[in-house]
Amino acid sequence: MAAYVEFKNVRKTYKTGEVEIHALNDAGFEINRGEFCVIVGASGAGKTTILNILGGMDTLTEGSVCLDGVEISTMNSRQLTAYRRYDVGFVFQFYNLVQNLTALENVEMATQLSKDPLDAANVLEQVGLKERMKNFPAQLSGGEQQRVAIARALAKNPKLLLCDEPTGALDYQTGKAVLKLLHDTCKKTGMTVVVITHNHAISAMADRIITVKNGKVEKTVINENVKSVEEIDW
Amino acid sequence: MEKAMIELLKNGVDETLYMTLVSTLIAYVIGVPLGVILFVTDIKGICKNRIINFFTGAIINLIRSVPFLILLVALLPLTRIIVGTTIGADATIVPLVVAAAPFVARMVESSLKEVDSGVIEAAKAMGSSKLQIITKVIIPEAKPSLLIGATIAISTILGYSAMAGFVGGGGLGAIAINYGYYRYKTDVMLITVAFLVLIVQLFQEAGLKFVNRIDKRLR
Ligand SMILES: Nc1ncnc2c1ncn2[C@@H]1O[C@H](COP(=O)(O)OP(=O)(O)OP(=O)(O)O)[C@@H](O)[C@H]1O
Ligand SMILES: [Mg+2]
Repeated sequence: MAAYVEFKNVRKTYKTGEVEIHALNDAGFEINRGEFCVIVGASGAGKTTILNILGGMDTLTEGSVCLDGVEISTMNSRQLTAYRRYDVGFVFQFYNLVQNLTALENVEMATQLSKDPLDAANVLEQVGLKERMKNFPAQLSGGEQQRVAIARALAKNPKLLLCDEPTGALDYQTGKAVLKLLHDTCKKTGMTVVVITHNHAISAMADRIITVKNGKVEKTVINENVKSVEEIDW
Repeated sequence: MEKAMIELLKNGVDETLYMTLVSTLIAYVIGVPLGVILFVTDIKGICKNRIINFFTGAIINLIRSVPFLILLVALLPLTRIIVGTTIGADATIVPLVVAAAPFVARMVESSLKEVDSGVIEAAKAMGSSKLQIITKVIIPEAKPSLLIGATIAISTILGYSAMAGFVGGGGLGAIAINYGYYRYKTDVMLITVAFLVLIVQLFQEAGLKFVNRIDKRLR
């Protein structure tokens, strides 16, 4: 049986004037449904490029990418917009919330796009922000803003949750709490979650660890001994 | 001061407000779409299009580089076609709009450029259409800055409207020129100037107060 996510022989070349940069060079991996997957690698290795291609934000130069048996790599830009709308949720390092909308309105903006959304207020309650729904992002801490951003991605009820360094701007404890939220969501709802991180310690809580180096997937490790966030330190 | 003079000044204020507000409104109706086009067709924009961006920018720059007094005279034939006359407040609105719309377009463009690109990326990532990104994210996020821009635009258009007094435009500018300049009535001139300053101040203050109320961004 084919894996839930299939990333096969992907090459991504950026042309800036005369110079060609191979951000990805024959990169490949698989992820199973419901897994908590971590992508690690040095700066510039190609992690964000992988996530953007997987999430339909960017196109590839060569290779093929499939999610749940549907090929993404051949989609045109209209199909990609639909794919992003119905199948993926993104979480960014700097939250990227609309500053002039409340937490609830930010989440509702996403649910209005989805065919089969969750209730925006319920999701905010699940991420622990029941009392803060009417607040604007500027009135929330970094960790709280990231929770809103996670709620915004989850409320669309996507097949795949993609997080690019979601704890990169947070302190140790807040970062841990956010990771726990992502991990719990994955385990409770069976959603497939992919998290990019610079921090190797985080891999201990992942089901699958993909190591990226110089535009290639150096290795994919299945973690037999998954630890909870509380058990790991960095 | 005699009654006739007070009546004259009152008329002048009314005409100036009328010209300024109507011109600003029409200039925004034209300038906002142009500003949005400039922004989205930019190299880093969501509907990158070099040709449209270049031509829109070129036309705007062309009009903006013509000094207003020259534009005023050059547009007299056009004004006559549209309004039927070249003197008075209505006639002044035509050159005011032509001069202000490109200016407004640039102001709008620069306000939109202040919007955090990450927020636009997030909207794109959740599958918003381009139109939704523009109407639900970019413009609402730029609203405080757009309003500050509008107060600046109003003051600038007010200044232009006073200049139009030289070629038969109405309002306070015409009074200042006809009485203060041609008839050496310094007191009338000073009063009209005081009114102009007052009007600018009022718009500026009211605009900023309003912006502070609606702006939810970090301060
Ligand atoms: N739009 C672009 N144009 C040109 N080169 C790019 C572009 N985006 C990425 N690259 C290049 O592709 C390579 C991989 O970039 P990528 O952003 O995927 O790295 P990363 O692993 O996410 O790094 P970091 O941990 O610093 O975020 C880098 O060398 C980068 O300079
Ligand atoms: Mg990155």
